[in-house]
Amino acid sequence: MLSRVAESIYWMARYVERAENLCRYVDVTLNLILDQPIGAGQQWEPLVSTTGDQEYFNEHYETTDADSVIQFLTFDRDYPNSIISSLRIARENARSVRETISSESWEALNEFYHFVLAATNNGGRVESPSEFFRTVRQYSQLFGGVVDATMAHGESWNFYNMGRMLERADKTTRILDVKYFTLLPSIADVGTPIDDLQWSAVLQSVSGLETYRKRYHGLTVPRIIEFLILDRAFPRAVSYCLTAADNSLHGITGAPTGEFCNSAEQRLGLLRSELAFMRVEEIVDNGLHQFIDSLQRKMNSASKCIHETFFALRPVESLTMSQNQSQG
Amino acid sequence: MSDHLQFLGYDTEGFFDELFNDGNQPRPEGQLLVETINSLGVGELRMRQEAIERTLMRMGITFAVYGDEQGTEKIFPFDIIPRIVGAAEWSRVEAGLKQRIRALNCFIDDVYHDQNIVNDGIVPRELLEDARTYRTECHGLSPPRGIWCHITGTDLVRHADGQIYVLEDNLRCPSGVSYVLQNRMVMKRSFPQVFNSARVRPVIDYPGRLHNTLRYLAPSQVDNPTTVVLTPGIYNSAYYEHSFLAQQMGVQLVEGRDLVVKDGFVFMRTTTGFERVDVIYRRIDDDFLDPRVFRDDSMLGVPGIMDVYRRGNVALANAPGTGVADDKVIYAFVPDMINYYLNEEAILPNVPTYVCQKQDDRKYVLENLDKLVVKAANEAGGYGMLVGPHSTKEEQQKFAHLINENPRNYIAQPTLSLSRVPTIVDDHFEGRHVDLRPYILYGEEIFVLPGGLTRVALRKGSLVVNSSQGGGSKDTWVLAEPGMPSGEMEP
Repeated sequence: MLSRVAESIYWMARYVERAENLCRYVDVTLNLILDQPIGAGQQWEPLVSTTGDQEYFNEHYETTDADSVIQFLTFDRDYPNSIISSLRIARENARSVRETISSESWEALNEFYHFVLAATNNGGRVESPSEFFRTVRQYSQLFGGVVDATMAHGESWNFYNMGRMLERADKTTRILDVKYFTLLPSIADVGTPIDDLQWSAVLQSVSGLETYRKRYHGLTVPRIIEFLILDRAFPRAVSYCLTAADNSLHGITGAPTGEFCNSAEQRLGLLRSELAFMRVEEIVDNGLHQFIDSLQRKMNSASKCIHETFFALRPVESLTMSQNQSQG
Repeated sequence: MSDHLQFLGYDTEGFFDELFNDGNQPRPEGQLLVETINSLGVGELRMRQEAIERTLMRMGITFAVYGDEQGTEKIFPFDIIPRIVGAAEWSRVEAGLKQRIRALNCFIDDVYHDQNIVNDGIVPRELLEDARTYRTECHGLSPPRGIWCHITGTDLVRHADGQIYVLEDNLRCPSGVSYVLQNRMVMKRSFPQVFNSARVRPVIDYPGRLHNTLRYLAPSQVDNPTTVVLTPGIYNSAYYEHSFLAQQMGVQLVEGRDLVVKDGFVFMRTTTGFERVDVIYRRIDDDFLDPRVFRDDSMLGVPGIMDVYRRGNVALANAPGTGVADDKVIYAFVPDMINYYLNEEAILPNVPTYVCQKQDDRKYVLENLDKLVVKAANEAGGYGMLVGPHSTKEEQQKFAHLINENPRNYIAQPTLSLSRVPTIVDDHFEGRHVDLRPYILYGEEIFVLPGGLTRVALRKGSLVVNSSQGGGSKDTWVLAEPGMPSGEMEP
């Protein structure tokens, strides 16, 4: 397929996933506050700092409270990483490949965008924020389901799935990092109901609380880390996501899993096996934050390799004929 | 709003109405539709109209509202009352269009080769050579199978005299066929029972026929040609159509930056390397096609593609240079071309046209600006146009000046009283003026799609149907002859 088309599908997937995860961050914070009236204001601060765009926020917003942070993360058209901006970019990408993705996929994304756009044009005033974010999440899941159910799981879908899974892996690490470091209450709170409440909220935000409880019952930090990073069956766990991304990558190139024929496969394969053969104790002993930092660096480097392998404009001088003279 | 949209009391107001005769009675071919609509419950027709609008919005068949920061998008206005064309009338239109396309193709081939029509004094040489769309770069080119105009969208209008006239030939990149297909799709959902009984001929096979037309042009040594649609990109107003046609044909939609020329062939950049392209349905104008041959500032085209085309290693549809026949001054000579090349009389007449380059014509035009429609030779979209009866003295003076400055660039035609079709206006029906753009494919044979884009001027009294000027569209129902299967299937 065309490099440009592959790239657009990949970014379409990433931006929809990004929007869904932002929505999950905001929603989990809203839930936390409902349960925890004291010190509620501080809950919003980390959402801003985790974006890495504190400076933009300070320039455009006077206070850090529910209204301003929701406006910033959800409805701010000028902030390129808000939900509405992510969806706009996702939709622009989809529009440029609408002949490649299924009509149903395009329509699902189009409706998703118009739903959030309508709320944006209404100044972000929504009757019930939690209801609104629930609907946003549903639209995103509908889109993913429609793509999975209506597109052939060939090259296009594999680019989609690779983008979706890499983005999701990245966002799960962020949500964990934010909770562990920025939300960490004073040492006296560790192990108290408040701490439990926060960890439950984190698991809930990735729709993982029920699955976690079935497997581990009690909430302990190492088990939660194990679940969110190393679990091979939970679809938002980092290890699951990277394995899925790696499988799609091999689906694209046709190289057997466990081998590599380009730098993207090499990086992702290394990362995948690192997680597959790791114990959670090693992560905790060496520090979760350091671990996540290095994990994110490695994922970024794999993304760069994907770009160079498939999307970057190669000079005509290196012109080689494609193996698959396809279609008619 | 008292919402009982029925035709009781509908008045044609002395205009030719496509659905009703002068006595305000439904025409035979519209009888069933009128009865169906009159039998609908209160508010039901509007409900269907609104359901269609929601569908179009959901499908993203929209355009961005210019200058709107909110990201507002609108659908192209669509009116639920179709234009109906009877079988006998259509067969004449079809024969007329086939004849016209054959003659136009002969003309284009002639002007880029021997120029017999000029040498024989039928078309004045200076008119040809001054046409802005005449490409000297195309001299001596012989496109595959001798076909230049593979895809045409001819604009037809019906005047008060009941006669159908050709208003213009669009042989470059005529757009709108995607709306024909989408309008039909949403209408079938709204009136399934009428479609069954009314014997409406299908349009659904257009993408398949377009694909065959394109494949027919592929270089002969290629067994399984790769066909693509070339678009200027998502910011082009017809982008939706480019993407729709590629999707329906199952071919790649490419932009100029996806293509490269190397060793005399065109390739596209894929994730696994470079893949050869054999046929390009290009939806970008000649000007932007190849910066090495035409406009050198073009970022949309493919440097070197004309050279590949000349060698016969890639086919382009429509062929470069085809636009010469789109020139509105050249248009005036089409009946003569039909006579000259085919030795036939034109089946579909031209609108009488005054060529301002001719002294007598110019004098008449300048004296009658308040009665005529004046058009620039190379404008589209309803721009560069004076509708005399609807114009002010200042506008007329401006055009008098323009004509005197550059007579070659202007033609004038009598103001036609375009026929009308009932259209929903608030809570009732009113007649609105329409035109009709059928689509013609020229491949192994000439095919006229039984249907077309009916454009409607939604503003009361307006004769300008262009979407950029407040126009909308309607479905066009061409009826099957008695005894002939209509073939239109249930949705």
